[in-house]
Parts: sequence; C-alpha cells; structure tokens
Amino acid sequence: MSTHKETFHRKLEGAWILFSVLTLLSILVGTVIEIAPMFLVKSNIPTISTVKPLTPLELAGRDIYQREGCVNCHSQMVRPFRDELERYGEYGKPGESVYDHPFLWGSKRTGPDLSRVGGKYPNLWHVRHMENPRSTSPRSLMPNYYWLLEYDLNLSSLSAHLSGLRTLGVPYSDREVSNAVSLAKEQAKVIADDVAANGGPKGLANKEIVAVVAYLQRLGKDLKATPTASVSGSTNNGGS
Amino acid sequence: MQAQETPNESVTVAEGSASGQYTGRTVSFSYDDQIVRYFLWATAIWGVVGMLVGVIIALQMPLYQANLGPYLTFGRLRPLHTNAVIFAFGGNGIFAAIYYSTQRLCKARMFSDMLSKIQFWGWQLIIVSAAITLPLGLTTSKEYAELEWPIDIAITVVWVIFAINFFGTLATRREKHMYVALWFYIATIITVAVLHLGNSMALPVGIFKSYSLYAGVQDALIQWWYGHNAVAFFLTTPFLGLMYYFMPKAAERPVFSYRLSIIHFWTLVFIYIWAGPHHLNYTAVPEWAATLGMTFSVMLWMPSWGGMINGLFTLRGAWHKLRDSVVLKMYVLGITFYGMSTFEGPMLSVKSVNALAHYTDWIIGHVHAGALGWNGFMIFGMIYWLLPRLWKTEIWSQKLATTHFWIGTIGMLLYVFAMYASGVTQGLMWRAFDETGRLMYPDFMETVVQIVPMYWARFIGGTLYLTGAILMLVNMFMTVRSAPKELPDTEVTLAVAS
Ligand code: HEC
Ligand code: HEM
Ligand code: HEM
Repeated sequence: MSTHKETFHRKLEGAWILFSVLTLLSILVGTVIEIAPMFLVKSNIPTISTVKPLTPLELAGRDIYQREGCVNCHSQMVRPFRDELERYGEYGKPGESVYDHPFLWGSKRTGPDLSRVGGKYPNLWHVRHMENPRSTSPRSLMPNYYWLLEYDLNLSSLSAHLSGLRTLGVPYSDREVSNAVSLAKEQAKVIADDVAANGGPKGLANKEIVAVVAYLQRLGKDLKATPTASVSGSTNNGGS
Repeated sequence: MQAQETPNESVTVAEGSASGQYTGRTVSFSYDDQIVRYFLWATAIWGVVGMLVGVIIALQMPLYQANLGPYLTFGRLRPLHTNAVIFAFGGNGIFAAIYYSTQRLCKARMFSDMLSKIQFWGWQLIIVSAAITLPLGLTTSKEYAELEWPIDIAITVVWVIFAINFFGTLATRREKHMYVALWFYIATIITVAVLHLGNSMALPVGIFKSYSLYAGVQDALIQWWYGHNAVAFFLTTPFLGLMYYFMPKAAERPVFSYRLSIIHFWTLVFIYIWAGPHHLNYTAVPEWAATLGMTFSVMLWMPSWGGMINGLFTLRGAWHKLRDSVVLKMYVLGITFYGMSTFEGPMLSVKSVNALAHYTDWIIGHVHAGALGWNGFMIFGMIYWLLPRLWKTEIWSQKLATTHFWIGTIGMLLYVFAMYASGVTQGLMWRAFDETGRLMYPDFMETVVQIVPMYWARFIGGTLYLTGAILMLVNMFMTVRSAPKELPDTEVTLAVAS
C-alpha cells in the first residue's frame, strides 16, 4: 500500500480521461508536423507538365494490376543510385505519381521494378510473358497469369471509376468520362491488332490482357514525352 | 507489495481504495472469463490458419507451380497472410490479454458483456470477410490496410465498441491507480483508431472498389505513417502491455523499475509516430521527411530497449525458474527478440543501410524476427499460462509445450537467417559492377536464381514454426477436454473503504 506523497505521474494514473487525452496529444504532434506540410506546401511535390492521367483502358489495366497483387512482387519506384539508374532508368519523381490513387510504389522486389518498363518490350512479349513467364524468362518465379487471356474485360464500371477519380482531382474531361468504354475499346483494338500482326494469339481485343499490356506500356512513358506532344493521356497508346 | 510494481489482484483486501478507512462492508462481483476463453480459441485457430497461408506463400516463391488458378496466387494470398497473422492471430491474442488483465487490474467486470460479445463476433466476421475478399482480388493495395471500404467501416464500428467497453471499464474501476499495462492498452486503442481512420479514407466507386483519397507522395506518406505505426500500436504497445501483466505473474516478481516504465512509455508513444518515412528512404518523398523519419527511428532504440530491460530484469535473481517453466522460456525468448528487432530496426532506418536492405528479403527477415520471435512467442506463452487457470485443470502435456518451444525456436532461426543471407545477397548483387563499369548481373533473373535455396530453407523453417503452433492447438484441445464441466466466472469479494 503506497502511502508516500503522490508524484504527478502517480496522480495521472488515477485520471484515465486526462491520461488518454495526453496520449492522444503525444501522437498527434508528430502526425501533424510530418503530414501537414505535404498537403499545404506545394513545393514538396513539384508537378511535371508531361505527366497525364491514364487512359480509360490503362486505368482498367491498373485495376487488374491491383486485383492480382502485382505490387507484392514489383516496386514502381527507382531510387537515385547508379546501379538502379543503369538497370531501370530515371529515378522516381514526386510529380510522376500525382494521379496515382493509391500509390503503387511497393515495398518488395521479388521481381524487377516496373516503373520504367513502358516501351521496353513489344506488346506480344508481354502477352507471352503474362501467359507463362517461363516462355520469355527461363526460371522466372512469377506465377502464370493465363486467365488474363481468357477473361473478358469488364468495362461496365469504367466510367464510374473515371468519374470517381475526377472527383478526387484527376483531370479527366467530360468526353473521357462519358466515352470511357468506346475509348478503351479503340485502344484495345490497336494493341490486339499489333499482337496478332506479329504472330501472337488473335481475338484478344476484349480480353483483360490488353488492358494490362496497355498499362504496363504506359509506365514511365510520361517522363520521356515532349511537353507539346500529348494534349490528353489518350495519345499514349503504348507499345509499338 | 506496491500496486505500481506488480499487477496485483489479491481478492480480499481493499488495496485498491487508496488510504480510505475500512468500513467492514464488502462488495462482490465476478470477472468475465468466458470471453477470454473465446478469444484464446480464436487466437490459436487463426494462428494456425494464418501461418499455414504463410507456409503456402513461402512455397510459392521457389515453386511457381504452387500458384493455383486466379484465387490462390502469391499476389492475392500474401495480403491474406499478413492480415490473418496480424489482425486475426495478433488481434485475438491481444484482445484475450486485454480482456483478462484489464478486469483484474481494474478490479471490475468488463463494462458490458453484450459489447464484449459483439466485439468478439464482429471481429471474427471481419476476419472471415477478409479471407473471402482477398483471394477474390478485392483490395486497396495499401499494405496491412488492403481490406475494402465496407469492411473498413465494420472495423471502425467494432473498434469503437471495443473502446467503449474498455474505457467504460476504466471508468468503473475499483483500483485507483492504473497499472502500466493499462497505459499501453490506452495508447493502442486510441492510436489504432486514428491511424485506421486517417489511412483508410477512400472514395467508393463500386461495392468493393474504392480509390484512396490521397495520391502519390501524399498517399505514400500517409500509408507508412499508418503502416509503421500498425507495427508500433498493434504489434508493439499491446504486446508490451501483455508483457507487463503476464511476465511478473509468471515470474512471481514485481516489474523491475516503475520509473523506467514511465519514461519509456511516454517516449515510445511520442517518438514512434514520427518514424514512418523510414519506409520511404530514397523514394520521391521529400528529403526532409525521410531524414526526420530516420532520426526519430534511431531515437526509438532507447525507449524500445527500456521495455526490453524492464521485461527481462523482472527475472532478476530468478533466472533458475526458466528451467522448469515453458512460459518463462517463451517470454524470455520473445522479449529478447523484441530487443533484437528494435536494435535492427533503427539500424535499417539509417539511409546507407536502408539503401542495401530496402526491397530485399532482409526486411522480411527483420519482420519475422519481430513477428515470430516477439509476437508469436509472447502469445504462445500467454496461452500456456492461461490454459490451466481458465480451464481449472493441468496442461495436458508439459512435454509437448516444451517441444513447441524448441521446434518454434529452431524454425524461427532458420527462417530469419535464411532471409538475412538472401537479403544481403540480393542487395549486393543488384548493385555490383564489373571492372568495365557495367552491371555485373544485368539480368534480374541471375539475382533471383541465386537465392532460391534460401527460399527453400525459409519454407522448412516456416513449416517447423507452424508445426509448433499446431502442437499447441492439440495441447489446448486435450487440456480443455479434461476441464471440469462447470467453469464459473472468477468471483471476487472486496472490502469497501469509505
Ligand atoms: C511471385 C512474385 C511475382 C508476382 C506476383 C508478379 N511477378 Fe512479375 N516478375 C516476377 C519476377 C521474378 C520477374 C523476373 C523474371 C521474369 O521476367 O519473369 C518478373 C518480371 C515481370 C515483368 C518483366 C519486367 C522486366 O523489366 O523484364 C513484367 C512486365 C511483370 N513481371 C509484370 C507483372 C504483372 C503485371 C504482375 C501481376 C499480374 C506480376 N508481374 C506479378 C515476379 C512476380
Ligand atoms: C509459419 C510462419 C510464417 C511463414 C512461413 C511466413 C511466410 C511469409 C512469406 C513467404 C511472406 C512474403 C515475403 C515476401 O514477399 O518476400 C511473409 C510476409 C509477411 N509476414 Fe509472414 N510468415 C509466417 C508468420 C508470420 C507471423 C506470425 C506474422 C505476424 C505476426 C507475419 C507477418 C508478416 C508480414 C507483416 C509480412 C509482410 C512483410 C513485408 O511486407 O515486408 N508472418 N510471410
Ligand atoms: C525501434 C523499432 C523499429 C524500427 C526503427 C524499425 C524500422 C524498420 C525499417 C527501417 C524497416 C524497413 C523499411 C523498408 O526499407 O522497406 C522496417 C520494416 C518492417 N518492420 Fe520494423 N522496425 C522496428 C521494430 C519492429 C518490430 C518490433 C516489428 C514487429 C513485428 C517490426 C515490423 C516491421 C514490418 C512488418 C516491416 C515491413 C514493412 C513493409 O515493408 O511491409 N518492426 N522496420
């Protein structure tokens, strides 16, 4: 039984509300000081004029990228080290991911970084690689994603996705939101034709794989674009 | 014995009521033990499930054929593993600890039996919905916050119910001073609420699809403010609370230092929240933020070791007890690994070290030293201590429990050291240049093939660790079978002071 004079902390131990409030304040200090400047001070995230929102098809591809959990094996953030610049290309800039809801930088590189993979391979390579990674990269550990070549691409909610992102500040035009499906189909046809023309499987235009390929081919492209070339994201058809 | 030094729960004296006069009147009540039994079962069962998924993804890494169809592939199962072990195994484990110890430290029954039940079943429902939606590919892609918005709302509701129940118990407690374990529980409940609300903000665009309110750099910063503090306030503070209650109980000794517990509690709570950006070293996050994160991470070493010292030194002069007690063995191992991973963590935060370790298996090694060593063994120790007390019978097999300890330890060491070897190999190979100034291993696959043997070693280590957990489940099952039919709640009678 403690009968000695009570210290301040001893008293605090008897006051659960005050104790809880002080705890809350302790965690709010660091939270506010670290996070507030990122929202209030513009210079923390310099924008890049050539960085545009994804096209509707690329966004559909990104949704599939999220669904399959590719982020668990692939980073999308090159660090400014000599070996990474050599291996992947330009290091990641803050302005590049201003439209990335959520960010997909990842925390683990079981496979290589993908943020600069756009244009690295032909479309057909990606189709073959996704169907069976061992066909292009012997001994790869990546799972087969054969169903991407089988599942029909579901575009029914694409407009809703674009308009949601627009609410969050991604500058999609009215035309892009309302014509999302036809824009996506147009771009899908270009990719599917290219794959078929190079001797790949035919009839992929309405399969999930074209969306994934469109997305992968877009990664890192914006940094290389010339400021005047692209008025809207949809000029970036990816692949060649 | 002083109330501040040891969790005291003597049942007949009015120790709690400060210096009041003894009046001769008494008050009787009981503790809700049934809810603790529920949480213990959930802990043990989900633990086995979550680790089984861990073993499966550990197999999928060296053996791509183990990826089955769309639903059971690595990318979809990995979040299932992390959610299951952190929120189902860890979550139910800390709820068991909190429900058992809070009642005893407050000398009061939980505020509301109904809220306790809602929390229990609500949490299990959330876990089941995670187990369904994640393999379906419904995910936000934010680590440890993958669950989509309807489930996030359910989590919020259940957490608020938990908070009402907990703070309601504090408000009606009969023990004047809150023991240190309760401080850590308070920090847990408040901070997890703030983190969850802050990070999960998203705009729904479909019934199971949403986009994070934040983008790019801002999203990254908020995510790792959350992510790191999920480690801090889900895998650390409640476990420290657990340690402060159960370690002195098992050792039958008071906590080493009351003053140290005050200092390390407040510094830990204040400093941890700043450390998030150490997950974002050398990324597009502004330099000042990363440096701030690194600085506070290094400072974090001290309060972390304060906790370790307080835990380990509780055994001062009683180390011989280790020999016969599997519970103490597990606690000492757990607290030691807490010390190791909180030494390693600050080191990993230093930019030059992080440059090598980030993105590699070294981080996975660090994670599992903490997860298997600290979180796993603290929970196992608690279960073995509570089994005979809650079910009023002897543990079915002490020998099996000791086997669990050794098999788990060997499994963990195998896991962790395989990942260190693999991580450092990866890191060094990625950055190696030859004499002509070109990348030594330009083909990424060369660096992968090199570490496949380590993946197999990790698979074996993980399987051993899982085997230990299964042995515990068997032991628990058999122990409960021999329990008396009637298990009334623990009755308490206190003298009332004026
Ligand atoms: C188990 C981990 C794992 C998962 C999950 C995974 N990958 Fe991979 N990925 C790898 C590995 C390893 C390589 C390197 C070998 C190769 O090219 O297959 C790779 C390579 C790649 C490459 C070639 C990169 C280059 O620069 O050569 C692309 C593109 C790719 N993956 C896309 C994806 C997509 C899209 C997904 C999700 C649908 C995905 N990966 C899921 C492990 C994974
Ligand atoms: C049988 C035991 C276990 C096995 C075999 C296992 C296996 C794995 C594997 C293979 C990964 C993926 C690693 C990668 O992507 O390279 C992983 C990740 C992870 N595991 Fe486990 N695990 C086990 C137990 C646990 C436990 C008990 C916890 C927590 C309490 C835990 C927490 C995590 C976390 C947080 C990650 C993500 C790490 C990161 O993103 O850096 N694991 N585990
Ligand atoms: C002082 C304490 C600690 C510090 C400063 C610390 C620091 C770090 C650092 C620097 C990383 C690497 C980030 C990266 O490069 O990707 C990391 C990852 C991680 N740590 Fe710790 N750590 C600490 C304690 C712990 C403990 C006790 C655990 C308990 C289980 C833990 C769990 C994790 C997890 C799960 C990750 C992986 C996050 C991810 O990438 O998904 N850490 N930690």
